[in-house]
Amino acid sequence: MSKGKKEPISDRRKFIFNMARGVGIATLGGFIWSAYINDAKAQKLLLRPPGAIKEEDFLKTCIKCGLCVEACPYDTLMLAKPGVHKPLGTPYFTPRDTPCHMCTDIPCVPVCPSGALDLQSVLSENKLDINKADMGIAVIDKESCVAFWGIQCDACYRACPLLGEAITIEYQKNERTGKHAFLKPVVHSDPCTGCGMCEHACITEKASIQIFPREVVQGKAGNHYIKGWDKKDDKRVKDAKAIHTQTEISKESALDSLNDSGDLYQ
Amino acid sequence: MKQFWSNNRFLILRRFTQFSILFLYFGANAWGWWILRGNLSSSVVINFAQVSDPYAVLQMLAAGATISLDLFIGAATITVFYFLVGGRAFCSWVCPINMVTETANYLRRKFEFNRMQGPKMPISRNIRYWVLGLSLVVSFVMGMAAFEFVSPISMIHRGIVFGLGFGWASAVIIFLFDLFVLKDGWCGHICPLGGFYALLGRFSVIRVFHEEGNCTLCMKCKVVCPEHQVLHMIGKESMSVNDGACTNCARCIDVCDDDALGFSLRELAEKNRR
Repeated sequence: MSKGKKEPISDRRKFIFNMARGVGIATLGGFIWSAYINDAKAQKLLLRPPGAIKEEDFLKTCIKCGLCVEACPYDTLMLAKPGVHKPLGTPYFTPRDTPCHMCTDIPCVPVCPSGALDLQSVLSENKLDINKADMGIAVIDKESCVAFWGIQCDACYRACPLLGEAITIEYQKNERTGKHAFLKPVVHSDPCTGCGMCEHACITEKASIQIFPREVVQGKAGNHYIKGWDKKDDKRVKDAKAIHTQTEISKESALDSLNDSGDLYQ
Repeated sequence: MKQFWSNNRFLILRRFTQFSILFLYFGANAWGWWILRGNLSSSVVINFAQVSDPYAVLQMLAAGATISLDLFIGAATITVFYFLVGGRAFCSWVCPINMVTETANYLRRKFEFNRMQGPKMPISRNIRYWVLGLSLVVSFVMGMAAFEFVSPISMIHRGIVFGLGFGWASAVIIFLFDLFVLKDGWCGHICPLGGFYALLGRFSVIRVFHEEGNCTLCMKCKVVCPEHQVLHMIGKESMSVNDGACTNCARCIDVCDDDALGFSLRELAEKNRR
């Protein structure tokens, strides 16, 4: 290559450069874009309308048209707007402000065009059944709930649309005074729909009973625990097969192998 | 007065359409109207027809969502509509961002920014197709519709119907970008939805037609056109504007005082030429 005069850059080279630049900038943009989306969809404490499918699929499937929001007669549902730190444009509700009133005709679900709100999940025997909705679970903070202090309050219990099922009252003697009772609210997670009427009704400054998505607060014991006292659960072990393994020690019974191994007094 | 009307009729009509559509959506949420419920992503027309944004559905498909029959029919309806009738008419007749960018473009011309800004930036109008492709890749990788998540169009439109939040900021960003950084920056270079409709509208039937015989080469049309490259035939040849990037905004027809531009059906125009 001569140092003085530069050769004109060939079209082929320009083309390759332009393509490389396009791919390069696209990669750069793609990473920034993905990082933004990854960050924005990380919000876990989000309460969805009744019938919402699994959060991961919900984010894929919801087209953000807002028809569920328009259908809601209580203005419970909102579409996430920029600045509220929730996945943009998707429907959610804040029970402390406006809880789900559990309409028996569930206007918000059938209008969903995308299937992000699944009608099948709120049907029982082909009839709409709002009690099948699963928006979250109520969680009580017993440190700030005044009923646990011994002060009488059953606001959440009274507000619950599934009174006596999703929230029950547990009576307990108040040893401190010796003559009063605690009336402690207890949430039962199976019937609880997460409508948030309790959180809305809670009398403490910041609600002592709050709704969280089920998968956030609920634990899992694992399949290897069998409730022996529960006939239905006990059936699971009926056809179970034990796996037998044999080692040097387990050839004899456990008692013998422990006592007679002889290494105790050596 | 008559002159004003003939120089602005399509602009007035477009603003009327844009505002009416916004108003109908707004009324549906605020007062329970039933003419146009939902938003630009997906809506129900007169309690009957489902219409959905085909580009949003395409992203959802890339993200791995199961597309419901309703959305499929809705997206197909819109696709067929713009395929036949509109081309990029969505951009100039429906999209609310259009009002933002046209204002920026107008101010640029009024204050002669275009002349002050020196040499043109080497920015290709094909960026939108790259963004379009990229949005599908990101949707696929991240498992959710990527452009829908950042789209200022949805933000503004959804914001006007359902509550704006900080959505106004996206309009300000686009306005300032178009005003000070790049002429027709958003709509003419970056927006992948515009790119999508440009690809779709390449074959649409209703077209602007240029009658070369009437043209006095005043070039007013090229000044106002947001995609001025599509008007390459001005003063050279009588033909219809067939480039998909043309938004059918008809601003060129408005400003033309020589009756050299008008709407025409593609087929008809081609036939008359022969």
